[in-house]
Amino acid sequence: MSTTHYLVLSAILFSLGVLGVLVRRNALIVFMCVEMMLNASNLAFVAFAQQNGNLYGQTIAFFVMVVAAAEVVVGLAIIVTIYRTRRSASVDEPSLLKY
Amino acid sequence: MNLTQTFASVVASSQIDANNIEPTVNNPAVATGAFSYMWLLLALPLLGAALLLIGGKRSDKWGPYFAIAMSCGAFVVGAIMYLKMLGLPANDRPVNLHIWDWVIVGRFQAPLGMQLDQLSIVFVLLITFVGSLIHIYSLGYMKHDPEKRKFFAYLNLFVAAMLLLVTADSYLLLYVGWEGVGLASYLLIGFWMYKPTAATAAKKAFVVNRVGDVGLSIAIMLMFVTFGSVTFPGVLNNAAEGNPTTMTWIGLMLLLAACGKSAQFPLQSWLLDAMEGPTPVSALIHAATMVTAGVYLIVRSGPIFDATPTARTVVMIVGAITLMFGAIIGCAKDDIKKALAGSTMSQIGYMILAAGLGPVGYVFAIFHLVTHGFFKANMFLGAGSVMHGMNDQLDMRRFGALRKVMVITFITFSCGWLAIMGVPPFAGFYSKDKIIEAAFGVNWIVGAVALLGAGITAFYMTRLWTMTFTGKSRWTEDNKHPHESSSVMWIPMAILAFLSVVAGFMLAGAIETWLAPVTGFEETELAVSSLVMEAASLALVIIGATIAYLQYRRDVPLVAPQHVSPLTVAARHDLYGDAFNEEVFMRPGQWLTRSLVFFDNRGIDGLVNGIAAALGGLSGRMRRIQTGFARSYALSMLGGAVLVIAALILVRT
Repeated sequence: MSTTHYLVLSAILFSLGVLGVLVRRNALIVFMCVEMMLNASNLAFVAFAQQNGNLYGQTIAFFVMVVAAAEVVVGLAIIVTIYRTRRSASVDEPSLLKY
Repeated sequence: MNLTQTFASVVASSQIDANNIEPTVNNPAVATGAFSYMWLLLALPLLGAALLLIGGKRSDKWGPYFAIAMSCGAFVVGAIMYLKMLGLPANDRPVNLHIWDWVIVGRFQAPLGMQLDQLSIVFVLLITFVGSLIHIYSLGYMKHDPEKRKFFAYLNLFVAAMLLLVTADSYLLLYVGWEGVGLASYLLIGFWMYKPTAATAAKKAFVVNRVGDVGLSIAIMLMFVTFGSVTFPGVLNNAAEGNPTTMTWIGLMLLLAACGKSAQFPLQSWLLDAMEGPTPVSALIHAATMVTAGVYLIVRSGPIFDATPTARTVVMIVGAITLMFGAIIGCAKDDIKKALAGSTMSQIGYMILAAGLGPVGYVFAIFHLVTHGFFKANMFLGAGSVMHGMNDQLDMRRFGALRKVMVITFITFSCGWLAIMGVPPFAGFYSKDKIIEAAFGVNWIVGAVALLGAGITAFYMTRLWTMTFTGKSRWTEDNKHPHESSSVMWIPMAILAFLSVVAGFMLAGAIETWLAPVTGFEETELAVSSLVMEAASLALVIIGATIAYLQYRRDVPLVAPQHVSPLTVAARHDLYGDAFNEEVFMRPGQWLTRSLVFFDNRGIDGLVNGIAAALGGLSGRMRRIQTGFARSYALSMLGGAVLVIAALILVRT
């Protein structure tokens, strides 16, 4: 399989992630969509690494995973707190950023 | 005449011909010996003022005596300086005492020092002598005033400032003294500031004086630009080489300053109101000394006016106008102090006129200044004595027949009256007739004005004298027992009265020799002999005095008649000087400020407020974009990212 196939898959996954972030209300789903976007980019990195025959892309993929893991911890904690106070995990509900 | 000559030779220890002397270059020697103590002249009265003002109520008891001692001390120092100066040859008399370097910045050098020469010593003696007498007089006059200490402190402050003015060695330091006397004058006019008229009069004097001060500061700036110096030697020794146009402007600006301080046309309006101050103040500041500062300034700046005939002519014209102006006002006033103030204005007009004649007149300007200082101070003190005996009554229509109850005041006042009219051998005869002669020598119109002024002077002074001292008594009910003032008041009056009699005769001839090395002197060349001139002016004086005496000897109505000539009405309103200022300066000024306020409120503020309101409104609209939906933010982030990427791609291809 050529790099192009990987990249197409990566683009599809990324677009799905974007779409999910934009249209879904449940914070957990939005969160998972963000993870999907991160992993789509990981896929692209790994594909380029293989094409170039070095490990740079692989290394960055690991970095992204580490950052994503940290993000998951913080993000989940926020979501759980919001759920506890508001009895809902909808991202539209806490419109605290409103004017 | 013989005695005069003897005195002249005594005064001028070195024999110089009084005729046609060019002023020697203004090069004062460094002060040594007794002269190095001349700073005491300023220090003593300044110390008095400082102690009395800082000491507060603690110095209430001894303060006035201390102030008198300080003023007399300054006189003693001045007299020692004068005697020392007598022993020197004429060209060695000017001395300079360097005190410290005030402003030394690049080309701008203002060393601070005192210069004592023949001209300033005359002023020093006049100021300290008359000042001390008036200090003593005030002891009686202000006896019951609760703020007596403050009054004496201000008087001392005035003496210090006036001495600084006449002993300064540069125009810049002169300016300090100039402002100092303005401040003292303001404080003393408004001394009874609980009277609204006094407070207003003080403010008016201050404001009108500021107009003149602007002239002085412009003159000083022009001097610095032209000569690179503001000291008297630096400016006056180079004045002859200056550009005539610049010299004319400097001269006119100096004249403006003199007009403000000396109440000359067109800045004359403050002097009449200044009579709201206590009478000793009117005598010292607004008759004998401060108001003559303008004459000093012009005579001191002689070399500048020598270089500009235009400015000199303007000085002469201003003097001539003011001498008529003051005389006409003096004829119509019923308030004794205001009548005297009109007379002061007129007499200073004579001095300014003389100063505008050039070297033929400088000496006589100073001569008249000195004799006027004596007789006018004497008459003001006399007026104060009358007021004191009459429960502060000022209206001459309420006086009359005071000759018998106030004998000493009557005699001293009469000496002043004869002196100002110029009856020989009283002081005014020698000084004023010399001015009239010199004026005829330069221009016969100005001479005629001066001569006519002498007649009017005789009229208004006789009117004042007759209404006050002779005729029937017209005293008010609460005022049935006028009394003579105490000795502390009449002794200064008597001394001044004595000087009003002898000063002219003592100084005539001598003062020309004394002042000539500083001011220069030329004999007046007249077509007719001076005897004819003297006879003419004496005839006019007798006519004026007789008319006044016959008119006011009896039947003075208690209320001023209303159906009188337009000239009298105008004179009662100070020849509409105030009305003119009001119409020409005050009202347009108010319109200007009002329109500026309107423009500021509507225009400037409108613009600023408009921009603020527009931005505020716009922000209010833009705030609506913040919906609070996290997903919409995510969409805009996506849009932004897509735009950036699209732009990058577009740029790369």
